[in-house]
Formats: sequence, structure tokens, C-alpha cells
Amino acid sequence: MKLNYDILDDTEKIIFALRALYRDYGYARYRMGKFEEYDLYGRNKDFLISDNVITFTDTNGKLMALKPDVTLSIIKNHRDEPDTLRKLCYNETVYRVSKGSNAFREIMQAGVECIGRVDAACLGEMLLLAAKSLSLCASGFVLEVSQLDVLLAFVNDASDDGAVRREILKHIGEKNAHGVAEVCRANGVSEEKTEALQELTGLYGAPEEALPRLRALCDGKGLDTGLYALEDALSALKGSGLEDRVQIDLSSVSNTNYYNGILFKGFVEGVPGSVLSGGQYDKLMRKMGKRSKAVGFAVYLDMLERLGATGNGGVIFDHA
Amino acid sequence: MLNIALPKGRLGEKVYAMFEAAGFPCPSIRENNRKLIFENEAAGVRYFWVKPSDVAIYVERGAADVGVAGKDILLEYEPEVYELLDLAVGKCRMAVAAPKGWRDDERYTLRVATKFSRIARDYYASIGRDIDIIHLNGSIEIAPILGLSDVIVDIVETGTTLRENDLAVVETIVPISARLIANKASFKFKTAQIERLTRELGRGGKESV
Repeated sequence: MKLNYDILDDTEKIIFALRALYRDYGYARYRMGKFEEYDLYGRNKDFLISDNVITFTDTNGKLMALKPDVTLSIIKNHRDEPDTLRKLCYNETVYRVSKGSNAFREIMQAGVECIGRVDAACLGEMLLLAAKSLSLCASGFVLEVSQLDVLLAFVNDASDDGAVRREILKHIGEKNAHGVAEVCRANGVSEEKTEALQELTGLYGAPEEALPRLRALCDGKGLDTGLYALEDALSALKGSGLEDRVQIDLSSVSNTNYYNGILFKGFVEGVPGSVLSGGQYDKLMRKMGKRSKAVGFAVYLDMLERLGATGNGGVIFDHA
Repeated sequence: MLNIALPKGRLGEKVYAMFEAAGFPCPSIRENNRKLIFENEAAGVRYFWVKPSDVAIYVERGAADVGVAGKDILLEYEPEVYELLDLAVGKCRMAVAAPKGWRDDERYTLRVATKFSRIARDYYASIGRDIDIIHLNGSIEIAPILGLSDVIVDIVETGTTLRENDLAVVETIVPISARLIANKASFKFKTAQIERLTRELGRGGKESV
């Protein structure tokens, strides 16, 4: 029997298109079991998008969980070799509580991870792959890129108090410049530092416009390494035809206990939240006792389910 | 086309006037009828009236690109949205109120009646007080009178309702006002329009101060 591609629904088409893309870039398919010992998630609860996990007791009495996340399992099973580079891709089902319905949902997730000797070229490839992944999902999309090390340098400079730093970061994530100012004022942060934080909060735009502004803000603060890393990674997109889809957005923050360096999120037209999320997670690697560096991202395929209905489907299935 | 969710009622009308002055007019909205959706193609805007506590949901889910919601709603439901501007209207405060002369007896768990469970829980957690939340949907003021709770956590505007029920403010938790919020994805695809709206509304606010 000959199979016709029309048999696939839009999400399935995207899954296969992504798999082909990652394979072309040399990412090996990583398959894993459905269950994982609960302990792994118990120790890294903050890393999970929601801290609710479906658990059950295995026949040997061990407390097990239905995977709420893929990255933690990959790291756990990774043999720590900081001088080599492993490129993996996956496409797995995870079980999470969705915020709206407050009930567990089965979510299809595809993604890639680079673990080991992660260098500038590797970070650039990650951004390029993220942009290409989005282009397979829809024709209208934006990849927003942030540099967490640079942002944190400003936040940590403003206050020594962890609670104040968290509060400032939360407001930055909401693009809430007036909120940042309020917290700074209430905690005696200088006018100059407050203004810099407010400017970072609103810093959004195409790289050629936003990077000079960011550079000016960072002038003399010893943040060149972070800025170069960002510029280097972005240069990987040059000539790909996707560079005009990239926006610098310093308000794009994730959990600072796990992530560092370059962070990014993807949005497609017609879907109200981010459909792709990723970044460097060297801090998580250290927490799990590994010396390797790491970067990766995931595409939330459940978010794309309704794309076809809104007429934004952009997958070009040229192998059909 | 920019989709804008406004809170039904007095605050919404005041806010619409601000949007109009900011260069986003839609004259048909002033017609006296029961329609809920109004469009001005020339100005590229579509307004709709929704229940004030639902604005954040419309924006979070992308049915509206931007909207105006009270800080109380944003604190209580923590929607995934951008909070772009404090519009400095609809000002009031979230406060703890109790019968006049009431003193907290710390030997007992404090019974708190409120519509805003998360705000109340976060506030008492921050001061380390053990509480029992009694979630009510309205007429919160009668809870302490009937002995249902010791105190209430609610919005206080002028304090008239409290006074008429022999209650008094014990503590202000947080000042409240209306905020301009935006859907995170809409912000990426309608950046120029949303940034212009934010800039113009911000300018208008400063001039009136």
C-alpha cells in the first residue's frame, strides 16, 4: 500500500518536517521511556513549567512519574564529556497541568539539545534551527532573543536582596517599566540604575536597531563577553532569509537558577502564547553534577493544533 | 486591526475617552445601544465591552490584543500578559478591614473572607500569619458582622460601604489602578500599533497630572 501525505493532520506534518530538519543538521534521534523516577523531578521542581506530576508506585515500590519534561531525563542519562559535542533531537509526549483548565494534559513536544562543548557556532546553529522550526509551523513568526547574563548583571547591580531582584525580574518579564520603577524606588535603588533597568525592560526591536541601544547601556560595565556571544550567535542567521524575523527582547526571562546566556522564544501568528522556548542551561547542568555546557529548545506542538483552523498553516511539504 | 477589550461600566467609558484622545477613535461606541462590539476600520481599531474581571482572559488568550484591567485582577489571576502602562485611573486600594476596634488575637488562626484568595494568601504568608480563607463572591462586608470571618480583604475606594457596616481599614495591602495590558504574541506582530498606543496614552496621562 502506498501512503499519501494527505492522511496526516497539520500537527503530524509539522512533527515530520521538524524531524527531517533536525536530521539534516546532524541531530541524532533520542528515544526514552514513558516513566522516570519521581525523585528527578522532586529535586528540580522549579525547572518544570508546572510542578504537578502524575505519579504512581512501580511494582518494586519505587515512586515513578509520567514524564512532565524531556530535558531533565536527557541530562540525567548523559555521560559527562565536556570536550565532545552531542546533538540530539526528540519528539515525545509529556504530561503537564495546563494553566487554563487546571487539569493534566498529554502534550506532544519536539525539540533539540546540544550537550558538551557548546561554542559560538553551536549557539548560532541553535538560533538558526529555532527560526527554521518556526518557519515550518507558520508563515508569520517572530523569534525573540535575549541575553540573560547581561540582564542579570543590571538586576544584581541594583540590589543585593534576592527578593528585590526577583521582584524586578518579574516586572521586567511583564514589560512593566512602571513596576520596575516602583520596586527600585521602594528599595533605594539609584535613579541612574533604575533608568537603565527601565530602558532594558522596554528594549525591543530588530537587532540592527536594538543592539546599538543595548551596547550603549552596557558601556563600561564589563559585559562585552555576553554582548559578543549574542552578536556572534545572531550572525549565524545572516543570509538565511530569516534574519528579519528576529527581535531582541531583553524582557524575555526564564528561571535564572537554571538558565544563563542566550535565551529565546518563538511566536507564530494566530497563536496567543509562545510555541517555542529555549536557551543555554549550563546552570542546570552544574546542579545535576555535570561539567558539560548545554543549549536546547522545545516546540510545543499542542499550541499549534488550531493553526490550521485559523488559516495560518505554513508548512511546505515538498516531499509529498 | 487592533482588538481592544475594555471593562464595561464607568471606568471603561473613562478609559475609552483616553484611547480616543490617544488617536484610536471609534465614534460608534458612544451610540446608546446594547451592542458589545464596535469597529472603526479607518482607525484600525475594534473595541469590545466585557466584564471587568474577564478582560485579562480575553487578552491572555489573544481574543483581544490589548485591554484595560485592574491591578487587583492581575495580582489575583497572574495572567500571562504584558503590563505596559499604569493608566492612573480607577484608583483604589486592596485592604484588610475589620469591625471597628478589632484587635488580632494571634493565638487563633485568622479567618479571612475575600474575593481575592491569592492576594490574601500571599499577603498573610509575607507576614507569617496563619489564616483560613473563606472565598466569597460578593457582599464580603457582612462576613465579619455575621461572625463568618474575623477580617475581610477587599477593594476599598472611598470607604463608604465599610463605614456604613461599622468596619474600618486595618492595613493597606497594595494600591490599585487600571493597567494597559497586551497579549504577548500580539505584541510581536502588532508592535508598532501597540507601542504607539502605549506612548500616546502615557503622554496623555502625564499631561493631565
